[in-house]
Amino acid sequence: MKAAAFEYLKPQDVPGAVKALAGSAGDAKPLGGGQSLGPMLNLRLARPKLLVDVSRLEAMRTIEDKGAFWRIGGAVTHSAIEDANLAGCTVMSDVARNIAYRTIRNRGTIGGSLAHADPAADWPLALPALAATIVIAGPAGERSVPAGKFMKGAFATELAEDELVVAVEVPKLSPGARWGYWKFCRKTGEFPEASAAMLMDPERKLARLWVGALDGAPQSLDALAADIAMRGTQAVSETSVSAALDLAVPGQEPVSRRLHVTAVRRAVQKGFN
Amino acid sequence: MSEEHGKPGQGIGARVPRKEDSRHLHGRGQYVSDTVIPGQREVAFLRSPVAHGIIRGIRKPANSEGRVFTRADLAEAKDIVAPSTLPTYKLSGQPPLAHGKVRFVGEPVVMCVARTRAEAEDLCEQVELDIEELPALVDSDVARFEKSNRVHEDWDDNLFLTLSADNGFDALSKKATVVVNREVELSRQAMVPMEGKAVVAYWDERADQLIMYYSTQTPHIVRTGIAQFLGLDEGQVRIIAPDVGGGFGYKVIVHPEELSVAWLAMKYRKPFRWIEDRREHLVSGANARQHHYRLTAYADDKGRLLALDAEITIDGGAYSNWPFTIGLEPGQATGNLPGPYDFQGYRCKTYCVATNKPGFMPYRGVARTGVCFAMELLMDAIARAVDRDPYEVRMENLVRPEQMPYDNVVKKHYDSGNYPAALALAREKFDHSKWAERQKKGEPDGRKIGIGYASYCEQSAHGTSVFATWGLPLVPGYDQSAVKLTPDGGLEVRVGVHSHGQGMETTFAQLAHEILGIDVQKIKITHGDTGTTPYSTGTYASRSIVMAGGATLKACQELIPRIVKIGAFLLGCKEDEARFDKALGVVGPDGRAVELKEICTVWYLRPDRAPLDVDRRGLEVSVSYKPDRDTGAFSYASHAVAVAVDTETGQVEILDYVIAEDCGTLVNPMVVEGQTLGGVAQGIGTAMYEEIQYDANGQPNASTLADYLLPGPTEIPNMRIYHMETPSPYTMYGIKGMGEGGAIAPPAVIFNAVNDALRATGVEVSKTPLTPHRLLEEIERARHQQMPKREAA
Ligand SMILES: Cc1cc2nc3c(=O)[nH]c(=O)nc-3n(C[C@H](O)[C@H](O)[C@H](O)COP(=O)(O)OP(=O)(O)OC[C@H]3O[C@@H](n4cnc5c(N)ncnc54)[C@H](O)[C@@H]3O)c2cc1C
Repeated sequence: MKAAAFEYLKPQDVPGAVKALAGSAGDAKPLGGGQSLGPMLNLRLARPKLLVDVSRLEAMRTIEDKGAFWRIGGAVTHSAIEDANLAGCTVMSDVARNIAYRTIRNRGTIGGSLAHADPAADWPLALPALAATIVIAGPAGERSVPAGKFMKGAFATELAEDELVVAVEVPKLSPGARWGYWKFCRKTGEFPEASAAMLMDPERKLARLWVGALDGAPQSLDALAADIAMRGTQAVSETSVSAALDLAVPGQEPVSRRLHVTAVRRAVQKGFN
Repeated sequence: MSEEHGKPGQGIGARVPRKEDSRHLHGRGQYVSDTVIPGQREVAFLRSPVAHGIIRGIRKPANSEGRVFTRADLAEAKDIVAPSTLPTYKLSGQPPLAHGKVRFVGEPVVMCVARTRAEAEDLCEQVELDIEELPALVDSDVARFEKSNRVHEDWDDNLFLTLSADNGFDALSKKATVVVNREVELSRQAMVPMEGKAVVAYWDERADQLIMYYSTQTPHIVRTGIAQFLGLDEGQVRIIAPDVGGGFGYKVIVHPEELSVAWLAMKYRKPFRWIEDRREHLVSGANARQHHYRLTAYADDKGRLLALDAEITIDGGAYSNWPFTIGLEPGQATGNLPGPYDFQGYRCKTYCVATNKPGFMPYRGVARTGVCFAMELLMDAIARAVDRDPYEVRMENLVRPEQMPYDNVVKKHYDSGNYPAALALAREKFDHSKWAERQKKGEPDGRKIGIGYASYCEQSAHGTSVFATWGLPLVPGYDQSAVKLTPDGGLEVRVGVHSHGQGMETTFAQLAHEILGIDVQKIKITHGDTGTTPYSTGTYASRSIVMAGGATLKACQELIPRIVKIGAFLLGCKEDEARFDKALGVVGPDGRAVELKEICTVWYLRPDRAPLDVDRRGLEVSVSYKPDRDTGAFSYASHAVAVAVDTETGQVEILDYVIAEDCGTLVNPMVVEGQTLGGVAQGIGTAMYEEIQYDANGQPNASTLADYLLPGPTEIPNMRIYHMETPSPYTMYGIKGMGEGGAIAPPAVIFNAVNDALRATGVEVSKTPLTPHRLLEEIERARHQQMPKREAA
């Protein structure tokens, strides 16, 4: 279980990293914390010729208060987010705290997690629910994508081979906002088998409900979210959640369906507690 | 964790902190992979990608002479064949590298050598395997009856062996008024020691020896195996087992990879190293626990078991292992199923079936985790059938103290103990009524509370007579211990067993201290090296403390008259006027004493001061020991748990875990507790997490720890351990073995608790591991089955 040979590059800055990626015709991969890429290299499931280490790039390691939102660099680790004091966005720390174990959080990065796009991962679910934006850098400069549009499917994203997640921008919650996040893991530190996130922020006219740990990318349950915005927890029952999931995630086998119904109900419940 | 239990001092019964822990906690342990021999080459194995197939061709890369090897290259190495005297047993030769056929996914086929492991793996990638796939035999129930598709062509079916027992079954089963049927099953798992297999092998020209640093529990028998399979004299092989990071039975076996690396060192006279990685371990080490039981209990109205009928199928995998053979598992299953219970009618048929999976090996608790799971689920089922508390039904059936020593229905000789008292102690400490009330009241979060019990007894330290009945090619006899006082009054103890985490450097020192009073810090235990220790078959079957420990006690005792002789002379008194005192040394009639240290100095450095008729054998001695009656010292325990079951997720949380155990005289309660904790943790793994499933083609679904779940610190509950001490009448100081026990009961006790929690729903689970998925499936099924009923009502 040792990786096939590869070259390692530590670029000076983001343009340098992008250039290195662009220059190697798909044979290069960015390296974040290595918590997903490392095992894939060792199992020889990934065989890049070049690794471009973005985990040390200062521009991608900062957390900035931008007024209405926080800008978190793409190479910021889960534990840095866990330990940060993000006024208006403390829910980010709560999500971070329940990713894997601390040792993995010490290395794993938010950009790496998004780019890896594991359907069961936390950021690909939490960020769409929080109405966040993903900032991408490529040869043509920066562009932004709503978090809900970033992930295209299991391990598939909006990113081109020469693009990087340089930051995420997470809007601050209004004081009266309700946030509920719940996931079911077989044990501490495992990827969840079902997960759901809810944001009700009437001041910002946001009603969002997302479900994750599906076969593909997390899905939004918009109609149910709107109903919750109007009627609160009364809108949530076994039947209403099942119906919403029937539309968003048709064809689930019974056990997965049971887990996802539970996840949605408990996420909502947490939000209203 | 438990009430402080322990004697003062450093002798038997004291909670002496483990001497070995300092180096382990400071990261200074020395394992095989810490061994670096200049010029060593790394080895990697190309393994079979298919479960069953004919090898049509192997194409080596160009210019790979001396770096890439197949079976044909290893001419001097013999196939690993484990004979057995058990009737019906069939031989299965396991080549060091697959030859002719591959028989499981992960079987080593080609061996590659390079400067680094990564480069050795690069070489593996360049080898082309041409394998014609055959249908895989995956399900032991199918393979058992399959005759045309066979794992081993030279057999006429797929049965390694069939065992049967029938004692008084017909007569007693007829008397039953209650008949209960159950089917229970355990999934296949790996043992997952923290350190996998590991060898560094080289040829020592000066000693003219093959030296192997070898992660093993049994250095002496491994030497026998390597010598036999390479055609070397035993004197030409030396096995050194440094620190071993867990064994659990995986490391009592000579594995094909180890033999292949030994061959390299013998052939090329250079150092070679192979360290098993986690993926190799999970894929080619999926070799334990997979049993299937069909049980019928015949009981009376009170739930007293009169007779038991059992059919056991063991998924034996592809090969029988050397030297324990595949016969050990069915032998132990058939013989241990009756457990701690008093009943006289028994019929059991056990089939050990060859399939396209790694060959079955003895894992901590050997077969008893399975039989305890079967028997204890059956006890609860009987209780349900007669509508009594499972605790009461157990009490009804347990062997009673006044029956001890007790010969059970298969003539196992239970030496001593009070089984009902252990169960009662578990219930009392567990505070049954508290949990029963909480169960009745219901949880605010809707989870269901369940209470479970399980009892077992564990044959430990069984010797020659028992192993001989299992037909092994190699039967344990007497264990030796060589002890030597040092000139400064310390003690060296050499034993042929080997610690792989059990704390034997401490407990053996305590035994010596008990006799000689020497500070345990000044007692050095040497083990794990065939070059420096007396012969023993090694550490397995909870035997070391009784066997090699007994020899150590005896050896220390033999030194005493020699010590007294010198001491009396120095005191100027007669030998029979002086006595040995652990604290003072040799004490004369007037109360004057001469310290042991002084006596050692005289013997070694100042023999001019020794008596002329001094005992010339000196202050060192090698003594052998095995209990006069070697049918085993039976430890036993009862476990009690409370669980909370979330019926919306299938998640089970263990809220309380109590163990009441009796392993005879405790040598070190802390070590006993440590062994128990570790064992229970593994048992929780069996119960709830660990599993390797195979698809119809025999492909395993778990090859990394992302797919193969192990319980972690947050999944292991705080356990409360309580001790009883009933000395064995047959062993030195009444000590019993206990290394395996913890791993036996957890699946049984946890499943019983979950079934108790779900009793009202009609769910009854009986297949390990209890994954949320499996449990939810059962809950959903029960929901749908109950729905029509409710509508009708
Ligand atoms: C045992 C274990 C448990 C885990 N549990 C969880 C969990 O509960 N929840 C969860 O969400 N995650 C979990 N993870 C995943 C973890 O969060 C990883 O940190 C994450 O998936 C990848 O982040 P990374 O920085 O390590 O990326 P890497 O492993 O370095 O890279 C992953 C992929 O992203 C690419 N990449 C990395 N950085 C960037 C970037 N800035 N821009 C573009 N592409 C990039 C790489 O090329 C690669 O393809 C777990 C991981 C492990 C090992």
